[in-house]
Amino acid sequence: MILFEVEDLQGEKRTIEIPEGINLNLMEVLKASDYPIAATCGGLALCATCHLEVVKGFDELPAFTEPELDMIDTLPNATSTSRLACQIKLSEQLNGASFKLMESNEG
Amino acid sequence: MITTDICIIGAGPVGLFAVFEAGLLKMRCHLIDSLPIIGGQLSEIYPKKPIYDIPGFPSILAYELVDNLKKQIETFSPTFTLGERVEELQKLEDGTFLLTTSDKTQVACKVVVIAAGLGCFEPRRPDLPGIVNYESKGVLYMIKDPETFRDKKIVIAGGGDSALDWSIFLSSVAAKVTLVHRNESFRGAPDSAEKVFELSKEGKIDLLLSSNLTAIKGVDRIESITITDKGKKTVEIPTDHLIPLFGLSPKLGPIAEWGLNLDKNAIEVNTFDYSTNIPGIFAIGDINTYPGKLKLILCGFHEGALMAQSAFRFVYPTQKVSFKYTTVNGVNAF
Ligand SMILES: Cc1cc2nc3c(=O)[nH]c(=O)nc-3n(C[C@H](O)[C@H](O)[C@H](O)COP(=O)(O)OP(=O)(O)OC[C@H]3O[C@@H](n4cnc5c(N)ncnc54)[C@H](O)[C@@H]3O)c2cc1C
Ligand code: FES
Repeated sequence: MILFEVEDLQGEKRTIEIPEGINLNLMEVLKASDYPIAATCGGLALCATCHLEVVKGFDELPAFTEPELDMIDTLPNATSTSRLACQIKLSEQLNGASFKLMESNEG
Repeated sequence: MITTDICIIGAGPVGLFAVFEAGLLKMRCHLIDSLPIIGGQLSEIYPKKPIYDIPGFPSILAYELVDNLKKQIETFSPTFTLGERVEELQKLEDGTFLLTTSDKTQVACKVVVIAAGLGCFEPRRPDLPGIVNYESKGVLYMIKDPETFRDKKIVIAGGGDSALDWSIFLSSVAAKVTLVHRNESFRGAPDSAEKVFELSKEGKIDLLLSSNLTAIKGVDRIESITITDKGKKTVEIPTDHLIPLFGLSPKLGPIAEWGLNLDKNAIEVNTFDYSTNIPGIFAIGDINTYPGKLKLILCGFHEGALMAQSAFRFVYPTQKVSFKYTTVNGVNAF
């Protein structure tokens, strides 16, 4: 099992539990867990509606993708631990991590 | 005042193709889009990505599809108002409509087709307390006329291509250009980044890297901006303008105020003809919702074709629409 924590825009925290070996990215998992992520670009790092701040476990996460760095660079509310959920493949590296959804400027 | 049969709000792929379907039934269209270019999401978000599910095109780049749609509808001479947002939609007593844009352009029409996608593309706002109070008082998110900045002090924020390009361009127009970027380097076009560093060495651009905007001040309009770097050192820079350039993202905007039935930011429609709860107003493409809705270009094209059949009744109330193939009837330009 992979366990990580997610804090929504209202500040509510929830632990998410996902079996290992599932070929999904974090954006897809969050959407399936009913978080209000528009995912307008479908996971191409082009819309930033899946923008999150990593509160814990930043260094353990899979590396940034190039399009992800390009997109984050243009966001006004990016922080030093910003990531795009769609660019993070689900793996054991997420175990124990904690994420906070960011205001995505959407809708 | 512009007068037309159908006014289409949104010049994305679905709004564009609706011109064709309307044209086959001899209805003229005027399109309005808040973006300065046509193509909606395809032009703004993914112009160079290949699309694989447009029938008849095993693969086509998004911008090519927009170019092709433009060519396809040329025969029906659509007219455009670009770079303006539709703010008001009024239904007049005779059943026709009057639309008013952000720049007060007015369009009178018999039918309104809302093809507004995910909403208006609007600039991303920096997290700067009170910034809204200075919008139109020195804070600008879009540069329409560079001459506005002649001999003025300006601060540009952002690290993308548009921040770089405008900093370079305005360095020879404005009295002083300060470019603020949160990182140490730029990921935009290397040529532009190099030029910015050169201009900075020559003293033509003040470059503040690893820095963020943290406060905005001024009585009647913006007077200064405070910038904080990674080491928490702050500087207050007197300025006439702040130009944040952080790209665009779509927002539903004024459509929510028009009395249409909405479900989570989408307009509810009848799938018979994609009509809304207000007679004479249709909604097609990403902006509408109905059971089974898929946000696909292909689906939006289909919705446009069905919409046109019903729109005909509003434009030519005394005539009957007769269905003809383009292969039989051809495409009769007007
Ligand atoms: C990265 C990405 C990849 C995609 N890939 C595919 C794919 O492979 N296949 C596919 O079928 N679809 C794909 N899509 C979805 C597709 O782009 C949309 O379905 C399509 O753009 C919808 O077209 P539209 O004309 O309805 O709206 P849009 O393209 O969103 O255009 C709407 C326009 O309306 C304007 N507007 C809104 N409100 C107003 C107003 N009040 N005043 C003035 N203008 C206004 C907006 O500025 C915008 O330009 C993809 C989308 C993204 C982001
Ligand atoms: S889903 Fe669009 S950037 Fe992640």
